[in-house]
Amino acid sequence: MWIYEKKLQFPAWVEGCDLHIAKLLFAQYGGPDSELSAGLRYLSQRYNMPIPEAKAVLTDIGTEELAHWEIIATLIFKIVDRATPEELIDAGMGPNYIQHGRDVYPNDAAGVPWTAAYIQAIEDPITNLHEDLAAEQKARTTYEHLISSTRDRGVIETLSFLREREVVHFQRFGETLRLVQEHMDNLKHKR
Amino acid sequence: MIEERKVFVMDISRDRLELLKEIMAIDFSLVELNLYLDTHPMDQRALRLHNEYVMRSRMLKEKYEKDHAPLTHRFISDCPWEWIEDPWPWEIDYEMGGR
Repeated sequence: MWIYEKKLQFPAWVEGCDLHIAKLLFAQYGGPDSELSAGLRYLSQRYNMPIPEAKAVLTDIGTEELAHWEIIATLIFKIVDRATPEELIDAGMGPNYIQHGRDVYPNDAAGVPWTAAYIQAIEDPITNLHEDLAAEQKARTTYEHLISSTRDRGVIETLSFLREREVVHFQRFGETLRLVQEHMDNLKHKR
Repeated sequence: MIEERKVFVMDISRDRLELLKEIMAIDFSLVELNLYLDTHPMDQRALRLHNEYVMRSRMLKEKYEKDHAPLTHRFISDCPWEWIEDPWPWEIDYEMGGR
């Protein structure tokens, strides 16, 4: 199970009112390579993992992604919290404001709603882990695009933290893939 | 909502903010050690560090919940139920003067 802790993983902050980056941040909130996709993908893939290390990694990284999802929502919320409807509309957030107000709805930067079609879980641990490695790289690249799209120091600092987490997760998934491969090789030799 | 909307993001006292950030930092270290240990379960140095940080995290959380506010619903509350009190994590100005 999960239990809510009344704290963020990182002290997400924003310096000003960069509404353009608020709109773009939805890429990581409800886009194909978002934190939401990552969390649900890993938590869906953990059940048939053949070794304890892999079940742990998918559970723990899946859980961490939900904490990152909350950080992205916090950045967006802190930016739109003080914005007037006129400011939101002028910054291109009109459709979002009309349909969702200042709520943080899981759609991507272009307003496309999140769908489970973005993710896969197909039982084969080698296949699943390769998808996970790719997902971490896609999320890292998305963070780099976002970081280069704003001058807000708070947003940049927070996104840089999240970008580093993608790199660490990629590392852990690589180790997990190696452990699963070793495990499967051992099974073959025993036969 | 046509009427004036209240802003949610708020400051907390400096003491509380500093302690909260210390807890966030130590718990982040614990997440990092957790993931590392998942694929290196025999690494004794990492295990030692993990166990040390658990003790430190427990101590700091006990102090925070005693002096300031609950971190989970698993705490002994006065009346009224303290868990619902603002601010929530997404409403805290962690930089004091940023937001």
